[in-house]
Amino acid sequence: MATVVAPRRGIFARPTGATGWLSWVTTVDHKRIGIMYCVTAFAFFIIGGLEALLIRAQLAQPNGEVLSAEAYNQFFTMHGITMIFLVVMPMGVGLMNYLIPLMIGARDVAFPRLNAFSYWVFLLGGLFIYSSFFLGGAPDGGWFGYAPLSTQLPGDGMTFYSLGLQILGVASLAGAVNFIITIINMRAPGMTLMRMPVFVWMSLVTTFLLLFAMPVIAVALFQLMFDRVYEANFFRPSAGGDPLLWQHLFWLFGHPEVYIMILPAMGIVSDVLPTFARKPIFGYAAIVFAGIAIGFMGWGVWAHHMFAAGLGPVANSAFALSTMFIAVPTGVKIFNWIGTLWGGAIRITTPFLFAVGFVAMFIIGGLSGVSHSIVPHDQQQTDTYYIVAHFHYVLFGGAIFGLVAGFYYWWPKVFGYLLSEALGKLHFWLMFIGFNLAFAPMHILGLQGMPRRYYTYPDGMGWNFWNLISTLGGFVIALSFVVFIVNVIRSHKKREEAGDDPWDGRTLEWSIPSPPPEYNFARVPVVQARDDWWHKKYVETPEGEPTRVFAGGANGDDAHGSEEDAGHGIHMPDPSYFPLVASFGLPIMGYGVIFQPVLIGVGALILMLGLFGWVLEPSAEEAH
Amino acid sequence: MSAQEAAAHAPAEHQTSTGLDNVKLAMWAFLGSECLFFGSLISTYLLYRNRVLDGPRPHEIYDIPYTSVSSFVLLMSSVTMVLALAAIQRGDHRGLRIWLLATAMLGTVFIGGQVYEFTAFVEEGLKLSTSTFGSAFFVMTGFHGAHVTVGIFMLLSLVGMSMFGRLSDADGPRKVELIGLYWHFVDIVWIVIFTVVYLIPTN
Repeated sequence: MATVVAPRRGIFARPTGATGWLSWVTTVDHKRIGIMYCVTAFAFFIIGGLEALLIRAQLAQPNGEVLSAEAYNQFFTMHGITMIFLVVMPMGVGLMNYLIPLMIGARDVAFPRLNAFSYWVFLLGGLFIYSSFFLGGAPDGGWFGYAPLSTQLPGDGMTFYSLGLQILGVASLAGAVNFIITIINMRAPGMTLMRMPVFVWMSLVTTFLLLFAMPVIAVALFQLMFDRVYEANFFRPSAGGDPLLWQHLFWLFGHPEVYIMILPAMGIVSDVLPTFARKPIFGYAAIVFAGIAIGFMGWGVWAHHMFAAGLGPVANSAFALSTMFIAVPTGVKIFNWIGTLWGGAIRITTPFLFAVGFVAMFIIGGLSGVSHSIVPHDQQQTDTYYIVAHFHYVLFGGAIFGLVAGFYYWWPKVFGYLLSEALGKLHFWLMFIGFNLAFAPMHILGLQGMPRRYYTYPDGMGWNFWNLISTLGGFVIALSFVVFIVNVIRSHKKREEAGDDPWDGRTLEWSIPSPPPEYNFARVPVVQARDDWWHKKYVETPEGEPTRVFAGGANGDDAHGSEEDAGHGIHMPDPSYFPLVASFGLPIMGYGVIFQPVLIGVGALILMLGLFGWVLEPSAEEAH
Repeated sequence: MSAQEAAAHAPAEHQTSTGLDNVKLAMWAFLGSECLFFGSLISTYLLYRNRVLDGPRPHEIYDIPYTSVSSFVLLMSSVTMVLALAAIQRGDHRGLRIWLLATAMLGTVFIGGQVYEFTAFVEEGLKLSTSTFGSAFFVMTGFHGAHVTVGIFMLLSLVGMSMFGRLSDADGPRKVELIGLYWHFVDIVWIVIFTVVYLIPTN
């Protein structure tokens, strides 16, 4: 019956191939889209990393001559934009894509084609921004784009910035809507909210932050665009424009953005640590509510980025207090992780090392963050390398360590083979040492008064030694990722089969084959407990020790019994061309704003035709 | 057909964890996001409405009776939208098309009114580049107008889908309701803009 797929005719016929490049271009499978997100983000990570190395090479010695001032401005701006919008966010979204349906027992996300649209818009948005290098110069006003500098910089760089981030925002917004609905509405029977893995919870908070933060930056970016291209006055002080408006709108987005980047990593760590401590997460409800609290409080702290802007003592005090308060739920999480490790039967694996590295580095970054909440202190630190040290400790020491922990942890699930533990641990130690060499000295440099964003510094300031160490650390980090790439290539050749559940995991994704079949679950699981898969594998002895239950035992529901012949009746959403077609409209409109107004119409037409095709193509249900 | 296959083929709306329809929930989430979008635009306007340089002031240039009429037209389009949904819910597809077209027409009248208003303002010396007031006013109302225009396209698409019988299945009313949600939201935003921007006097 359902296996016999009727041939579909007409211009809106949907592609059907399951292999080859076309099947990737037209895919709507959340697992393939997740892989594409992560691969693309990793490619951008290499580019952003090379930019960082150029910056560090320039600053290795006083009066460096590796980069000109103009090139330096472009590289530090693009490094920030790349790492935030094209690396950390999409890597988090990639893991969400792959894992959320598996973790909640769903066969796909709520809107598979919208999901593909998000990916293509993200990719094209990233390429759009990078194309500025070949079209007259990249953005050079910092990732924060402070007006009126950003409205007055010559060239098209900051116009590319305003439009490129706008395009990426569309991808984020579509993704946010998709995942909110997926998590709220697509859970397997019995998967109540308080049984969801912590990663899913943190993803839910993240997507709500995206939903409400993206429109704010969208307005700010539109205003910047109108100022630059159409002679509006939003940020023109001579016409009464208020530069503080930009700062408020930007940081009203920008601070939730910080949590958008860190919460997925916190979720990853909250799932990795219990697996390798062989204990449930300590204080599940506390860690979940702490995440929700961060989500709410993250909206009330933005002006701590503006303590030096002269908002006045009342505003400064209020935001200082709210900033101190938000450290509380964050601290709760840290105690949750430590409590999870306490008394656990710990196995020191690569993902475990990265997860513990996350906790340790995030504590340092969190503490320097709390020091910024003290206004007089912050006014000393603003625009120095102390700030650079702080946000690299939370975004590299935090987010990137967490994401890499996730890569090592779920790699066997995604590709079916294990990564080398020896090379993985080498990767960890190189990255850990290199990271601290690169960024710990920046605390000292900042306290010594070295300003951010300057392309060079004179001799005799006492900054030479630590800058050299920092540059050395940067190259050690680069080496650690060479080890990672070697690890991937060698492990891929060796193909050490992982099996379904190599880490003795706790959550639903480990109950299905590696790599998972297209339909994920041959039979939609019925969830009976938090850490459901663990409880299907183990029961507790009277002494409180876990004892293995064999298939068909007390709680075993024989999940694999009929794997071979299962799955034939499951119809998955068909691939589609239209998400890709529609996504091309946006960058074309962007080029139109910068170069040739006619292109705006062309892009809008492509977008509209893509959406019409999207709506009119036969849906999976109608085909039967 | 086994029970498992039957479950796999059941329409999506019967499978959701909350019992709420996925698409409708997604539209609500999107509209929540839009609240922040228009909130930011309106905040900008409130910050800038008194900064006019040599250009016209808001109360010198607004034609309240004129805008009241076009606001009334847009509000009435919400009534016709409700009637369109009621029509398809009782299976009256001809009524659906009539009321959808009426809604689209009222929306078009509103947009026409906005185009006329913009033209009149430019002739009276208020442009995007005149002052921050001009920038804030045109960008805010312009984005609202763009939303109405997108809504008109969606209404006309519904009319087309109805003519080709694509709304005759059980899913039809849901599609109309979805566009209706968007349309009502855009109307509500205009109520806020009309009150805050036109009716509250400036100094």
